[in-house]
Amino acid sequence: MKRVKTLTGNKTYGTTMCKGGCGECQTSCQSACKTSCTVGNQTCESNK
Amino acid sequence: MIHQYKNNGYNIVMDVCSGAIHVVDDVTYDVIALYEEKSLEEIENELSYSKEDIEEAYKEVTSLKEEGLLFTEDIYEDYIKEVKSRKTVVKALCLHIAHDCNLACRYCFAEEGEYKGHRELMSAKVGKAALDFLVANSGNRHNLEVDFFGGEPTMNFGVVKEVVEYGRSLEEKHNKHFRFTLTTNGVLLNDEIMEFANKEMDNVVLSVDGRKEIHDYMRPTRNGKPSYDLIMPKFIRFAESRHQQKYYVRGTFTNRNLDFSKDVLHLADLGFEQISMEPVVGQPEEPYAIQEKDLPQIFDEYDRLAKEMIKREKAGKGFNFFHFMIDLTGGPCVAKRLSGCGSGTEYLAVTPWGDLYPCHQFVGEEKFLLGNVFDGIKRTDICDEFRSCNVYTKKKCKDCFARFYCSGGCPANSYNFHGTIDDSYDLSCDMERKRVECAIMIKAALADTEGEEE
Repeated sequence: MKRVKTLTGNKTYGTTMCKGGCGECQTSCQSACKTSCTVGNQTCESNK
Repeated sequence: MIHQYKNNGYNIVMDVCSGAIHVVDDVTYDVIALYEEKSLEEIENELSYSKEDIEEAYKEVTSLKEEGLLFTEDIYEDYIKEVKSRKTVVKALCLHIAHDCNLACRYCFAEEGEYKGHRELMSAKVGKAALDFLVANSGNRHNLEVDFFGGEPTMNFGVVKEVVEYGRSLEEKHNKHFRFTLTTNGVLLNDEIMEFANKEMDNVVLSVDGRKEIHDYMRPTRNGKPSYDLIMPKFIRFAESRHQQKYYVRGTFTNRNLDFSKDVLHLADLGFEQISMEPVVGQPEEPYAIQEKDLPQIFDEYDRLAKEMIKREKAGKGFNFFHFMIDLTGGPCVAKRLSGCGSGTEYLAVTPWGDLYPCHQFVGEEKFLLGNVFDGIKRTDICDEFRSCNVYTKKKCKDCFARFYCSGGCPANSYNFHGTIDDSYDLSCDMERKRVECAIMIKAALADTEGEEE
């Protein structure tokens, strides 16, 4: 595309529904939160 | 649903429900804003660009829509209900090793470690029972997380060591792996603790507020003395000894340092590469509380910090800022993104005497007492309430573009400000939205080799 640069590739949230929700990832407050909730910066354990 | 915004010279379009993020030119940006409401002809009449430009942009937008990368619908509500109905296991504990502290931070939600109760240190017996409870309730989950928290956990470090040793003895037998985290204010930090932590702690969180004058005012010792000079040289050494990995220096900013980007950059200038700086959470009447009127300045600070981070990254002097970290091509699954933080179900807090609460912030709120590590959870009704809490149970999240990044926000903040876990702490939401915008802009800038601003 000439006018659009997509930063996220072809992967969408929908593609994670099939194998998602395994629960192996870290809980959000276990990193450095403790007073908020941030999940967008967490990593997927099964992608490691 | 889409969210469009301009930041630092970039036109950014988020397709909220697919997670797709596009950087577009001016014509396309304006076409997208009209695309769903108007025909091509109407758009051509309304916008002042050439017909050819508009048609070309329109064609690209149509193509994105057909690929499922623009104007997608939220299709996850039933899926999340199904995910939330699955049996959950406990996978993380926050152990309150010490309800006591050697600092007297002005904003402390733990009331200098006492949590609405009394001073007490956790015994090794309680700590070990907590790990037994965790193993017994963790199902097939392999990695188990345990945070040594307080108060100040190094005031009871003998028990920390004993509990870690006990945890390691359980691993092989139960096919588990413990990931330990130590949160400390640094006052009692010494070579022995650092050496132990580097061997056993998957993560350490080092509490420091940034510039000396800010830190010393907000984080005095119990007898009112400054603490910056006491802790900073040790933190610098500690971070280096961990090779600048698997730690955070974590600060809190208040209305006293709304220019908190200076505190973040102060920490970066000292050589720290993993930095977190959270807005204080406090009722409006607190002298340090952040108010709605402070938001414009806070937003400017986030913008300033984002631009400086781009500059430093391009100069090979980059650092991570926890709230700007975002993985656009990997990252968590949509179930994780929408199902809440896991408090009250996957993540529990343990008091020094073994009582279980939904998370560290609920400790001391007797109506949230779940049970204890010896007898297990008795109030499954409270756990069920937390289990059902997710983005779709919160009205304010319905139209928010950031809901896939915060998972509905912090239930404890919601409870503290609105008396229910199914609401949101509005100021926190405003700041989260701004941080998401900045984080994405940074990615756009780093993807754009030509895009450096002055």
